[in-house]
Amino acid sequence: MKTLLWVIVPYVCLVTFVLGHWWRYRFDKFGWTTRSSQLYESRLLRLGSPLFHFGILGVVAGHIIGLVIPESWTDALGISETAYHWVALVGGIASGVLTVVGMAILIYRRRTTGPVFSATTPMDKVMYAVLGTVIVLGMWNTIASSLFGLGGVDGDAYNYREGVSLWFRSIFELRPDVDAMAGAPLGFQLHALGACALFALWPFTRLVHVFSAPVGYLTRPYIVYRTRDASPAGSRPPRRGWEKVDV
Amino acid sequence: MKVMAQMAMVMNLDKCIGCHTCSVTCKQAWTNRAGTEYVWFNNVETRPGQGYPRRYEDQEEWQGGWTLNRRGRLALKAGGRFRKLLTIFSNPKMPGISDYYEPWTYDYATLTDAPAQEHTPVARPKSLISGNDMAIKWSANWDDNLGGSEATFAHDPILQKASLNNAATKVKRSFEETFMFYLPRICEHCLNPSCAASCPSGAIYKRSEDGIVLVDQDRCRGWRMCVSGCPYKKVYFNHRTGKAEKCTFCFPRIEVGIPTVCSETCVGRLRYIGLVLYDADRVLEAASTPDDHDLYEAQRSVFLDPNDPDVVREAERAGIPHDWVIAAQRSPIHALINTFKVALPLHPEYRTMPMVWYIPPLSPVVDAVAETGEDAEDQRNLFAAIDALRIPVEYLAELFTAGDVAPVDAVLRKLAAMRSYMRDINLGRDADASIPEGVGMTEEQMYDMYRLLALAKYDERYVIPPAHAEQAHSLEELATECALDYEGGPGMGGAGLFGEGSGPNVPIAVENFQMLANRQTSDTMASPGDKGARVNLLNWDGKGTPQGLFPPPPDAGVSAGSTTSGEGSTTSGEGSTTGGEGSTTSGEGSTGGADPK
Repeated sequence: MKTLLWVIVPYVCLVTFVLGHWWRYRFDKFGWTTRSSQLYESRLLRLGSPLFHFGILGVVAGHIIGLVIPESWTDALGISETAYHWVALVGGIASGVLTVVGMAILIYRRRTTGPVFSATTPMDKVMYAVLGTVIVLGMWNTIASSLFGLGGVDGDAYNYREGVSLWFRSIFELRPDVDAMAGAPLGFQLHALGACALFALWPFTRLVHVFSAPVGYLTRPYIVYRTRDASPAGSRPPRRGWEKVDV
Repeated sequence: MKVMAQMAMVMNLDKCIGCHTCSVTCKQAWTNRAGTEYVWFNNVETRPGQGYPRRYEDQEEWQGGWTLNRRGRLALKAGGRFRKLLTIFSNPKMPGISDYYEPWTYDYATLTDAPAQEHTPVARPKSLISGNDMAIKWSANWDDNLGGSEATFAHDPILQKASLNNAATKVKRSFEETFMFYLPRICEHCLNPSCAASCPSGAIYKRSEDGIVLVDQDRCRGWRMCVSGCPYKKVYFNHRTGKAEKCTFCFPRIEVGIPTVCSETCVGRLRYIGLVLYDADRVLEAASTPDDHDLYEAQRSVFLDPNDPDVVREAERAGIPHDWVIAAQRSPIHALINTFKVALPLHPEYRTMPMVWYIPPLSPVVDAVAETGEDAEDQRNLFAAIDALRIPVEYLAELFTAGDVAPVDAVLRKLAAMRSYMRDINLGRDADASIPEGVGMTEEQMYDMYRLLALAKYDERYVIPPAHAEQAHSLEELATECALDYEGGPGMGGAGLFGEGSGPNVPIAVENFQMLANRQTSDTMASPGDKGARVNLLNWDGKGTPQGLFPPPPDAGVSAGSTTSGEGSTTSGEGSTTGGEGSTTSGEGSTGGADPK
């Protein structure tokens, strides 16, 4: 059971994530979009969307710090566990609150604005449910374990950097550390499983737009020139060379 | 000097009768799909009026186009790259659907399905966006012919400009009595497109061969910055596919040397298409001209004289094919803009260097003179009227020269002089050489201008060199391969797995090109009989009876529907035209129009 949950499921989800994106990019570039509904409604969006997106960027940054950077590195920098804990707590709750409030506004908007609701695909609904669950569980973990010491030892907060993070990194080292995760509190386990589901769903939802964040805009020239033959304007795929010889 | 070629258009507003044929055919060809109901690549506005979308010209509100920053350098009016990325989660300056209009249809079924009742059933308007009943409050064309101008007139952003903002009632009376004209608009395919500069994904590009500005639908990620970036509001957001769409200058047609659908179907024959050569190295400098009033001349100075041997040499060095240079020499656009200097750009103050230019209308002035009982073809009367009717001239100047009256004045005088001069000739009187001289033209030039404006035939109005055969394999429509030979094959379209429009892309006008090619090369008058039962009504010119368009006559056999060579018109008595199958080609744009004469 432990192997199923903390080895097989994560790997299946990861592979789905990677292959799914490759497949989607290869076969559905036209569908690769933010699917913005701003045209229908922009008053609530102007409030909710930046809240949610900036919040979730903070959340992602927090996860990278918490999961990717080993505890020994911050120790080496002389950052005490308490200091780290409080920075993570404050930052996490701040961006978490932004995210949750933003998401609440966006879901309210989606449900109550007629055109926006009718433009919502079934896939969107599934994605919203999973994403919402993961976010709420994550918030719960942060608050419950940090403030109330839930799942920790001797009333201390659960130190995920000695549990979940080890497991997370071990997955990418291809030596999954099952016990590190199996010993985590239930909230963290559910959050991790939810995240796995989210990653598996990811390539098949509008979430793909995360990977087209236009950072290249900062460096490219304003006006793009393209020649006709460098990149045909239509979608005709290039022919395989051995199929036909051009004279 | 870096010579580049640009496909450009000039519209002679004197000839526009506001029939909207261009808008309708364009819509049929390109935007008759779900998600583009409100999208008008081509629209015709009545001026004075608010335009489409409403008040799009008010750049203090919409922040479109370019402006000069404090250091005098060219900058996007809505803010640069960092600003764009910071506001990417909610575009602050995007027009909502209410600034366009909420598209609707009618509940026609009620008319036939309603049970017997005392009152006649009515077809209620239903929103195409929410599906609910709706009250129609605005449309693409609400103030057509100054309709409803009592309520909407005062909101015309041009009328609110300082130079015209004196004595509103006088302006209004004078306009309603003497002055109304139509302004057909398509994408300007600017030399310095601010939509492309605003696109975070880099999906909007300018084709280096012919300067047509296109949206790469595979690269667009729906950030919507182009919609706010374009000061002409000619980039639209397809709310079903989540991608930006804009006028394509009918590039599949242009590539094979035939004009755009809007030009082809223009009843007044007021559109001209041709090449101009310009110096790409000088675009930025010209767009950065400090004084708005100098922008018209600055833009004109970027164009190169295609008859100049130096330019020809540089053009060939830049890889422009020789027949394109020849086409640029014959170009009606070059003649109207640079030789006769009667065409003016629309809103040069947006600094995007638009490439669809306009010959301002003289007819409101002529009408005003005619109403007084004076001779409206006499140049002295017309000149006096141009001077007296300051309001129309100032209004035109706000549209075409950033408020500088002098160039508009000069153009109107040339047009007035042409009328007087040609009347003498047409009535068999001696031509008065002093008339062209008075407006700085020679007699020969004046006659040439008259020819181009009044008589020019199809191949003089549209000088479009086809894309090159050696490049043909990279063209979208490939005459050498089967039209349906693309990934996914026929029958794609409709709702994909991830919502409408997802899935492999369908080539835009493969079908149409094949149909045109077949028509032009076949012996029969209409599409060859071996084609399927699918009929593109836009291609049907009334000759022949394409298979599937009419039900077979009762007495004839199975083959009755196919075309018979020489049979000029549809057989009478065949009755109702039930061409339902052909007209619904969802997804791809099926461009129409007749073949070149």
